[in-house]
Amino acid sequence: MTSNTLLRWGLYGILILFAAFYLMPLFVMLTTSLKSLEEIRTGSLLALPRELTFAPWAEAWSTACAGTQCEGLRPFFWNSVLMAVPAVLLSTIIGALNGYVFAQWRFRGANLFFAAILFGCFIPFQVVLLPMAQMLGLMGLAGTIPGLIFVHVIYGLGFTTLFFRNYYVTIPQELVRAAKVDGAGFFRIFWSIFLPISLPIITVSVIWQFTQIWNDFLFGVSFSGPGSQPVTVALNNIVNSTTGVKAYNVDMAAAIIAALPTLLVYVVAGKYFIRGLTAGSVKG
Amino acid sequence: MEWLERNVPKVVLAPSFVAILVFVYGFIAWTAWISFTKSRLMPRYEFDGIGQYERLFAAPRWDVAMNNLFIFGGLFIVISMVIGLALAIFLDQKIRAEGVLRTIYLYPMALSLIVTGTAWKWILNPGLGIQQAVRGWGFENFTFDWLIRPEMAIYTIVLAAVWQASGFVMALFLAGLRSVDTEIIRAAQVDGIPTHRIYSAIVIPTMAPIFLSAFIVLAHLAIKAFDLVIALTGGGPGYATDLPATYMYAMAFSRGDLGQAASSAMIMMGVIFAIVVPYLYSELRPRRDQ
Repeated sequence: MTSNTLLRWGLYGILILFAAFYLMPLFVMLTTSLKSLEEIRTGSLLALPRELTFAPWAEAWSTACAGTQCEGLRPFFWNSVLMAVPAVLLSTIIGALNGYVFAQWRFRGANLFFAAILFGCFIPFQVVLLPMAQMLGLMGLAGTIPGLIFVHVIYGLGFTTLFFRNYYVTIPQELVRAAKVDGAGFFRIFWSIFLPISLPIITVSVIWQFTQIWNDFLFGVSFSGPGSQPVTVALNNIVNSTTGVKAYNVDMAAAIIAALPTLLVYVVAGKYFIRGLTAGSVKG
Repeated sequence: MEWLERNVPKVVLAPSFVAILVFVYGFIAWTAWISFTKSRLMPRYEFDGIGQYERLFAAPRWDVAMNNLFIFGGLFIVISMVIGLALAIFLDQKIRAEGVLRTIYLYPMALSLIVTGTAWKWILNPGLGIQQAVRGWGFENFTFDWLIRPEMAIYTIVLAAVWQASGFVMALFLAGLRSVDTEIIRAAQVDGIPTHRIYSAIVIPTMAPIFLSAFIVLAHLAIKAFDLVIALTGGGPGYATDLPATYMYAMAFSRGDLGQAASSAMIMMGVIFAIVVPYLYSELRPRRDQ
């Protein structure tokens, strides 16, 4: 019995140790962002702030320099919002309709097309980077937010289609057949049978897409211009800005600001976040 | 009108079909073609054989990038799997506050890799970071300066990437553990089989598909790793922590060498497909049989 109790203690010890490992960077970011530069230079990384200061947060939000532009993260944060919201909604709507067709309105060649879409989920985006840069130029969308929305919708389609297809495929086809007999058409069936039961998968899709698009850096850094950079690109520019004294506290405040939206989503709707993560990887 | 009614599903899919055809497959074809030309700053379309690939494999920087991919990818995948499986098994022992611990283990996955890189860059800062903190505790000779040592910097990327993704692997394995038939486990317990044997002989073998899934996802993350390197080391010191993704980006956007960018992108795709195609094939086949 005693050896068993000892084992339990050891188990909890290990689990708590790992919790500390995962929490440490967040702790360090938060405490550093609340210290003065003087205290950072003289104190310890892991120490709590002796004197709280919120100045780094104000600076990160509205005056820190990203490259030559010294307006803080604020304009870029809004760029990310303006980019993410339409891109998330569009890719989810299109994915829902696509998934509905693949699950319930099969036709010859549908399987092959579905496989082609699935395949597209796995390509490294480097392989489309060069032609997309040219294409956005031709379309007059280079360096604009609509251009970024376009890119995110196109390359998000694969996953959203997969989510909805796998969700709708569990609904018996007799239901659709019966509705057809009653004279309901494609959109009518979608609207009154499928949409009402779709809230969980819409949540999964929206959270997945939002996290992907908000956190994206590759497309952002490749296709944005000075006025349209998303928050991740601006954060990287602020941190690597070489002008003036290195303000570690401002860097950390900026990092937390950039992370807040997706962290918030995770805290509020973690269950759906995990379902999105596992949906693509666990056969279901 | 009747034609339209019968073909609504196809009409709905048509825009996506065109988009995937052009922006995925057409673009891959374009990149593939450019990789066989003499393109530099501007695309040129005359076929030129495998010259770009010869240049690529002769470039010391690409050599470093590919080596780093194998070091980083190998360690990242193995360590994340070991930690993920261990945490999942530990959490499966009727742990109090399991929900809280799970939430803590998984939150890094919600962060941008730029944020992760920024945080770890600060923690690993030799002057003011963890090294200084430990020295402050009285260990004057403690050294942890991997970030600025060319031969060690790649391991800082492993560290940050494992921090980010191992909780996700835990979630995958935990879901797998929970789906194992409890009847079998109870029967084994009744027969007096020790817990570690139950796991090694019954539970883990039934989770083979999850090992495969986790491997695919992690390998995919490793090959695409770009943001983390940019934020944590910027590819440096020198180009010591370059990965294929950062090499490709440097060629495309700062060196203006389209041919090298295209051929390195094609190699990246080749590596991913070598891993993913067998997996997708096995995933799709049973569905077709339905």
